[in-house]
Amino acid sequence: MSRLITAIEIDGAGGHPGAWRGPDVDPGAILTGSLALRAVQRAEAAGIDIATFADTLEAPADEAGAVSVRLDALGLAARIAPATSRIGLLPTITVTHTEPFHVQASVATLDYVSSGRGGWVADVSTSAEAAAVIGRREPAPAADLWREARYVVDVSRRLWDSWDDDAIIRDAPTGRFVDRDRLHYVNFESPTFNIKGPSIVPRPPQGHPVVAVRVNTPEALEAAADAELVLLSATAGVEEQLAVLRAAGSPLVLVSVAVLLDEDLKAAERRAAGGSFDYVGGVEGLAELVREFQAAGVDGVHFRPASLELDVPVIAEKLLPLLQVTAADRPGTTLRNRLGLTRPANRYAEGAAR
Amino acid sequence: MTKQIHLAAHFPGVNNTTVWADPESRSQIDFASFKHLAATAERGTFDFFFLAEGLRLREVKGRIHDLDVVGRPESLTVLSALAAVTTHLGLAATVNSTFNEPYELAKRIATLDHLSGGRAAWNVVTSWDAFTGENFRRGGYLDKADRYVRAQESLRIVRKLWDSWTDDDLLLDQEAGVFAREGTGAFADEGAHFGIHGRFGLPPSPQGRPVVIQAGDSDQGRDFAASGADVIFSRHGSFAAGQTFYKDVKDRLAKHGRTEESLKIMPAVTVVVADTDAEAVEKARHIREQQVSGPTAIVLAELIWGRDLSAYDPDGPLPTEDPVIGSNVTQGRAGFNDPAAIIKEWREAAEANGWSLRQTVINQQNRQTFIGSPETVATEMNRHVQENAADGFVLVPHLTPGGLDDFVDRVVPLLRERGVFRSEYAGTTLRSHLGLTP
Repeated sequence: MSRLITAIEIDGAGGHPGAWRGPDVDPGAILTGSLALRAVQRAEAAGIDIATFADTLEAPADEAGAVSVRLDALGLAARIAPATSRIGLLPTITVTHTEPFHVQASVATLDYVSSGRGGWVADVSTSAEAAAVIGRREPAPAADLWREARYVVDVSRRLWDSWDDDAIIRDAPTGRFVDRDRLHYVNFESPTFNIKGPSIVPRPPQGHPVVAVRVNTPEALEAAADAELVLLSATAGVEEQLAVLRAAGSPLVLVSVAVLLDEDLKAAERRAAGGSFDYVGGVEGLAELVREFQAAGVDGVHFRPASLELDVPVIAEKLLPLLQVTAADRPGTTLRNRLGLTRPANRYAEGAAR
Repeated sequence: MTKQIHLAAHFPGVNNTTVWADPESRSQIDFASFKHLAATAERGTFDFFFLAEGLRLREVKGRIHDLDVVGRPESLTVLSALAAVTTHLGLAATVNSTFNEPYELAKRIATLDHLSGGRAAWNVVTSWDAFTGENFRRGGYLDKADRYVRAQESLRIVRKLWDSWTDDDLLLDQEAGVFAREGTGAFADEGAHFGIHGRFGLPPSPQGRPVVIQAGDSDQGRDFAASGADVIFSRHGSFAAGQTFYKDVKDRLAKHGRTEESLKIMPAVTVVVADTDAEAVEKARHIREQQVSGPTAIVLAELIWGRDLSAYDPDGPLPTEDPVIGSNVTQGRAGFNDPAAIIKEWREAAEANGWSLRQTVINQQNRQTFIGSPETVATEMNRHVQENAADGFVLVPHLTPGGLDDFVDRVVPLLRERGVFRSEYAGTTLRSHLGLTP
């Protein structure tokens, strides 16, 4: 069986709405980013491959008892980049009301500041709330928005390719900083937007930062065919969806599980009240569940911990050793290397001789 | 009363001020370069680090301009990363108000403000051209006349979102289970350019709200700055022009109910320091020659003449033609308001000194603002501030990333000795460094 890929979700103080109220949790650290930073550093030290960062364009719902603030995921991931060295950083970025040109430039920049550990979880905004805070488009059906998202992913990759890797020549005799024949207009046209290019950012360290899609609807399942990494909901038909994704050529599929860990089952159930989880219990049981997913053919697991402060240390120190995941056996310096993905050739570059 | 000087470090830009052919020049895109300059600025107890923005690669005669540095990162992402490796330095992002929406700007900049503990600034710029618009959903949708209307409305709404929470709304009451006061952050706005409503998801940062910087120089731009900016990033670095600009802008503040201290004027300046004044003059000349190669001299002249001058020899005389007004021979950078006057001045100078086209460009266009020994530069900078030609400076180095090392090591100690510049940070927020109230 191939090496298990592991990922962890960063969302406020954790996936449980009341996680911020937990003992030893400093809720103010959600806003400074230090709660997220500590969780990602713990995950990195334990050998976890990827941190994903939850986000929506609109603010979280103003619900009693829950965290009603959220930092921009891209900014948070960039803040964490210099304070980590091996873990991949994938903020959620929505594409429905945002500018594709900015999105690709930001992800390319994240790849630079993390020395090749950048990527993103592409998402759409279907809500009326998201449409209202921007005020330019009416809410649209998910199928339409995911269709557009595929164009955004496509143009992002084209813009990352709009600079050849060797476009910067610094040729003093001719006075040229770049060879403009190695910069390319993408002239991209889609039903909802057009982009001329080239990108403002040189080709990022990984060539293409890693594109992930979270699948929890049939529309997203279809769009996930373009992603290199799929986060598949654990709640329904993992095997069927996996078959669809494999047929579409998805390279890496992780099953995404909301988890709350405590060896004391009564205590675990008390903590779980008010939340929604795929697994509540001790680490042995979760390890068993992960092995079942692995046997079903998934490439790895995306943990969504109930509490960053309580559950991440348990995942890091107790669960991962059971799964034989260690920090030592991860190859490569970039996220693509680590995941066994090749660095893509540039579609515009002519010949390999240069 | 002795004024305190404010200083900012500008990351070298994509124009010919930046010398890339020097052996000391390093990557314009690797994070290590940003870290180096930010560390230098923080060692020098600067107020802030400043990043410009690009949304389309510049073109000359329909082709990508290849003689200057090309390519840069997205500002807010780099600055969020710099927040991790700095502790006090302000972090200023240039972000366009034409091709971004207020809600997203407010959220992203407020995020940087929180992640840095209250050190974020937004330099509000506008564009209107269809050239830049070709990279965006709406294309070139905005009239030139409308760009400040949209910018002003955009800034007003961004501020409204930043102000949509009071300092008391974040409760963090773990016992009672109340994170924030219910209903906080709600907003709605209708204007000529925007119609939005919803809830803003971030409370005030330790500095209240991010600092706002503005760079416009037209009458409209100055009014915009006087109505709402905390800092003006001006282009009037010379003493006389600086004083005129300073008075003009500060005089506009009263009608907006603002004090003179509430707006800091910081011109972009270049500095050349050497052991003696004579050596500095020689070094400055050498840098200008590096900045203006023969092909660059032609391109800079084309920017003023508005026509193709590629048939001219940069080492020969100035072109004899008249300028073309409103030409688009160069795209993606600011043009000149009165090219005929500049050309007249250039011709007179060239004739008087026997200069070639390249020599004329070198001498007329790229002269550094402060040239001299550390002592001379410190004295001159202080004079500009004390005599109201500026409140401080945005220093634009010609080398990436070590271009301010000399200044910080040699001039900053002298400014500190004179008691006109801090020796250590008194506070932790950018507003505190700038002496601004929220």
